[in-house]
Amino acid sequence: MKKTYKLIDLECANCAAKMENAIKKIDGVENAKVSFMTQKLTIEADESAIDGIIKEAAAICKRIEPDCKIVF
Amino acid sequence: MSKKQKKVIIRIAVSAVLLITFGITEHFIELKWYVALPMFLIPYLIAGYDVLWKAVRNIAHGQVFDENFLMAIATIGALGTQQFDEAVFVMLFYQVGEFFQSAAVAKSRKSISDLMDICPDYANIEKDGEIIQVDPEEVNIDDIIIIKPGEKIPLDGVIIDGTTSINTVALTGESLPKDADVGDTVTSGCVNMSGLIRVRVTSEFGESTVTKILELIEESSSNKAASEDFITRFAKYYTPTVVISAVVLALLPPIILGGGFTTWLTRALTFLVISCPCALVISIPLTFFGGIGGASKKGILVKGSCYLEELAKCEIAVFDKTGTLTEGSFEVTAVHPNKYDEDKMLEYCVLAEGFSDHPIAKSVKKYYGKEIDFSRINAAQEIPGHGIKADIEGHTVLAGNGRLMENFGVEYHECHKIGTILHMAVDGVYAGHIVISDKIKTGSENMIRTLKTLGCKTVMLTGDKDNIGKAVAAKLGIDEVHTQLLPADKVNIVEKLFSEKSEKGRLLFSGDGINDAPVLSRADVGIAMGGIGSDASIEAADIVIMDDDISKIGTAMGISKRTLKIVKQNIVFALGIKILFLILGAFGIANMWMAVFADVGVSVIAILNAMRALKVK
Repeated sequence: MKKTYKLIDLECANCAAKMENAIKKIDGVENAKVSFMTQKLTIEADESAIDGIIKEAAAICKRIEPDCKIVF
Repeated sequence: MSKKQKKVIIRIAVSAVLLITFGITEHFIELKWYVALPMFLIPYLIAGYDVLWKAVRNIAHGQVFDENFLMAIATIGALGTQQFDEAVFVMLFYQVGEFFQSAAVAKSRKSISDLMDICPDYANIEKDGEIIQVDPEEVNIDDIIIIKPGEKIPLDGVIIDGTTSINTVALTGESLPKDADVGDTVTSGCVNMSGLIRVRVTSEFGESTVTKILELIEESSSNKAASEDFITRFAKYYTPTVVISAVVLALLPPIILGGGFTTWLTRALTFLVISCPCALVISIPLTFFGGIGGASKKGILVKGSCYLEELAKCEIAVFDKTGTLTEGSFEVTAVHPNKYDEDKMLEYCVLAEGFSDHPIAKSVKKYYGKEIDFSRINAAQEIPGHGIKADIEGHTVLAGNGRLMENFGVEYHECHKIGTILHMAVDGVYAGHIVISDKIKTGSENMIRTLKTLGCKTVMLTGDKDNIGKAVAAKLGIDEVHTQLLPADKVNIVEKLFSEKSEKGRLLFSGDGINDAPVLSRADVGIAMGGIGSDASIEAADIVIMDDDISKIGTAMGISKRTLKIVKQNIVFALGIKILFLILGAFGIANMWMAVFADVGVSVIAILNAMRALKVK
């Protein structure tokens, strides 16, 4: 299933690309997309795994752009 | 302006005032370094504490070599070599540049989110005699929804009660409202203007036009253009290379040439400040977003910046005729009476065709536009492949092709106009003829001219008869025309055209997207017309023109060329200035002040230039 989250304070386009690549590599993620322009994160993954994945994604975002937060 | 932006402005202002004051003081009074350093540290920290903090934090997170890091070591280096005012100025100007960047990004985001404003929040349904609001996702096919004046249409459907006018500007860029009556389809995302209507829903929210368009806009940023990819890859190698070069520059010359350690360290720092790739990294995607945003304001949806780039490179534009360059519906284009006046002849014709459902009969009835008095028709007989023979108030009326006239021994003459000719005779005497043809769309001629001035070769493909196809092509000034084609022939011709264009050139195809799907997907850029309500075309095409205005293909190409021009300007300008200053910096000709211009100044200019892409006339 596909889920979309809002990203707050995503300020660097290059970081958005880095986040996208890193989130794609999380176990169980079929596809992921970070849109810098619309400030949205879309994750495609199995429904049961999504809670764990989003926590991991939040940690990745924090590492790459510390001010950026995922709303979930 | 947001709170955050205000805070930045205040910090910049305070720091700038302090810098000027201290700068002047230093000019008149010789200050010892242990006095000057703490003094200049005040404006330095006011302007740049967050940069320093981010640099430290990012290194802790394993993110070295970002712009914060570059700025931090360059300015600390400047402080270390006792260039205090330079250090503060670099930090200050960097913040000004950052401020411009975030303002520019916020502005483009705003224009994109305005675009997304078409998303409906609720739908009204009637339950137990009361109108209640529900989530559009909860509404099923065949449910009846009520849309009040001023509300957004939440789902696609057909009007079953009420009349209104509909504002489609958000989807099509067309500001003139469209009238809608019972039986007309309404599209989600448009705004109901004047009357209350009841609508039978024809598709679920997930499949509705508005959802599809929103998905399309959101996803457009993931189809990156080649020049965008180039910059991302470039930045990946560029920053480490520059940092290593700077280290070499700081260490090697003093060791080989001996002495002057400070001089070379200063040069290395200057080198670092110049090198920051932000101007390119931010301005290129911003330009593409601007181009896509500007196009959507005109009702042109581009599925990604790569298609904007491809469109600008198009050398050959191929069009389907029926439904693309022409209306695709048959209309009376001329009435040439021979015996009666025009009205009288038309009246006879309509009466004769009164009971017929043939497309030609329909178009004549539509042109006539008045009620038909069926009581005047005594008898009407359809003669297949020829036409109609009818008895109208005792007169024998014939309406049909040349063969019908020949069969009844009526003398007739051909018409010089191109199209289907409907001949008429009353009581055995030729009464004249009516020309029925597919009308050329109003914008077609303009669009072909625009494409030609932009250096595109135009080709028309049609399954229609040779004389009709050639006439349309001649009227529009199309360079090459192929007629009487089957769908498979179209693919073959497009393949041949592919070999004609140059290596870097691209081929664009525009059709209605349903029977042209193979060609649409084979072409480098597929443009579908009339995206509203036609799911197949939205999916198959790379660019969708939301209304039926064909002239927008020319507009789209204009926008794409302009966007690409801005991208090129920015790449050449930013890289050119940087390389020039890098060389000057390495030889000690460019000082820290010039370095800051080469970094932040170039960034700001590139961003301002990128913002131009959003403005579409």
